Amino acid sequence: MRKFQGRAVVPGACTAEALVSHEGFNTLASYQMALMFGDKKVKCGDQNNPDLYKKPMAGKALCLPMTIGSTTGGMVLYAACAMGRQPACMLFSKHIDSLAASGAILGDVWTDVSMPVVDQLGDEFLQYVQTGMTITVAADGTVTVQ
Amino acid sequence: MILTDEQQALLDGAKGEVMAKVVRTLVMYGETFGAERMVPVTSRYGHTVISFGLGVMKPIYDLYDTLLGGDLPKGQPFTADPRPLDDRVPASFLENLVFKKFMYNQQARYEAQLKKLGVTGDDGYTCTCYMPEVGNTPGRGEVLSWAESSAVVYANSVLGARCNRNSGIIEIMGSIAGFVPEFGLLTDEGRKATWVIDVRCKRRPEPQLLGSAIGMKVMEDVPYIRGMEPWLGTELDDAAKDYLKDFGAATASNGAVGLYHIEHLTPEAAEQGESLIAEGAKTWVIDDETLENVRKNYPVIWKDPAAEPKLCFVGCPHMSLTQLKDWTDAVEEGLAKTGRQQVAVPTVFTAPTAVIREFEKTPYAARLAKTGVVVSYICPLMYMNNPLCKSKAVITSSNKLRTYTSAKYYTEADILDIITGKEGAK
Repeated sequence: MRKFQGRAVVPGACTAEALVSHEGFNTLASYQMALMFGDKKVKCGDQNNPDLYKKPMAGKALCLPMTIGSTTGGMVLYAACAMGRQPACMLFSKHIDSLAASGAILGDVWTDVSMPVVDQLGDEFLQYVQTGMTITVAADGTVTVQ
Repeated sequence: MILTDEQQALLDGAKGEVMAKVVRTLVMYGETFGAERMVPVTSRYGHTVISFGLGVMKPIYDLYDTLLGGDLPKGQPFTADPRPLDDRVPASFLENLVFKKFMYNQQARYEAQLKKLGVTGDDGYTCTCYMPEVGNTPGRGEVLSWAESSAVVYANSVLGARCNRNSGIIEIMGSIAGFVPEFGLLTDEGRKATWVIDVRCKRRPEPQLLGSAIGMKVMEDVPYIRGMEPWLGTELDDAAKDYLKDFGAATASNGAVGLYHIEHLTPEAAEQGESLIAEGAKTWVIDDETLENVRKNYPVIWKDPAAEPKLCFVGCPHMSLTQLKDWTDAVEEGLAKTGRQQVAVPTVFTAPTAVIREFEKTPYAARLAKTGVVVSYICPLMYMNNPLCKSKAVITSSNKLRTYTSAKYYTEADILDIITGKEGAK
């Protein structure tokens, strides 16, 4: 078990199974097909992301360096929150990017969904955490991996 | 963040609950990035990335209803990304049914919302709103509240305007409020390059391939790119702008680049030179082999990877008038060589409505029509969202389209060979 301290961008607490992307997470490419066709498991549609492609993302603790790609990214994340298809939490090793931050903030301000978001967990976090591990997030940005 | 009295009053609800939530969203957004203040949006027009009324994205249009019902002040007028539907683009009966009845059944509702919010009109629907024919061309140093990754990176890099990589919805909120948080690409410090890219190619690098390689390498950082003078010169003429449009779109979609500097060419690099390079910037050398390796590693997700192409899109982002003319010449020459009258693969060139109108005033339009190529204002990406496209072999010279859809990427030269039916081209 290891603990990592990050910054709570959207504070909250949860426990969920880790889903790890070592590459930039392309929000539009990952979500668009799943949201469009009502895939409740929200399987990742990003062909360029071998860590996540075709893996279910709903309810997972999404561990990633940052998000990349289209500026629809935040809107897509907001839509996922409004439709109840969001990850359990989003955990960034780096400083959160503007698109992910937008989506997380829109979800927080304009929906009733709780999706804790923590950033700046460090490169070591992404080296340590593996898909399938159990993640516990505390409101102060502490992330426990076991 | 320190707000002015007026901004604080808005946050406290002086103009109603909806406006308070708009300002709260912008404040949280800014505080996440250490912004200390809001700055006024100084451009005449905004630009929104959301142009589609997708049935499954209903929560977004519900949010827009909330905004419209919130008695908000009239925000700045804005352009929007291209429309997702155009009857000129080849589609089967089934595809048309899927498009109109299932996928984009919120289109009329959403366009009515955009009209109320201030979209500039039919000509305003394009991802290349900065083209002179469209008229949303911000000046150097202007502060924007835009989204659309390819437009933002162009506005920052080629026009010298200042805009963060805002998300859809956030950009409209900035346009409504009339101010945005000051951080990142709005600051001098945030516009410094943390990568130096040395391009050492022996032949002209394909813009969408070079952009892809750089985007995947530097991700969200700002690159300072050397070695492009043999290919682009030192003047931002039409050819250079078209190259940078396509290059930038690839950096932004394959990575998350919001600003790049090209040595001796883009405005800030031409003026400030290497003083734009931040201390400790990393260096990366790109040559022809690097680009070939990048291209080879693109996955092909067609059901039958060896399928014959059924449709070709050129123009993501939308093409310029010069590009439409140049492609007309090239297609004609290609067809003359292969002895064909018309293209071998149904082909769509996409461009802004205002550019198409200008194109149609020239003799090129009739010449291109004769080759069988269709010109449309559609968003190819929105077209390709159709699930039926997964089993359709679509080819493109757009790295952005490749990234988000099942379209297969080819260089422009390869695309030309394929659509003009050159033997052995594939």
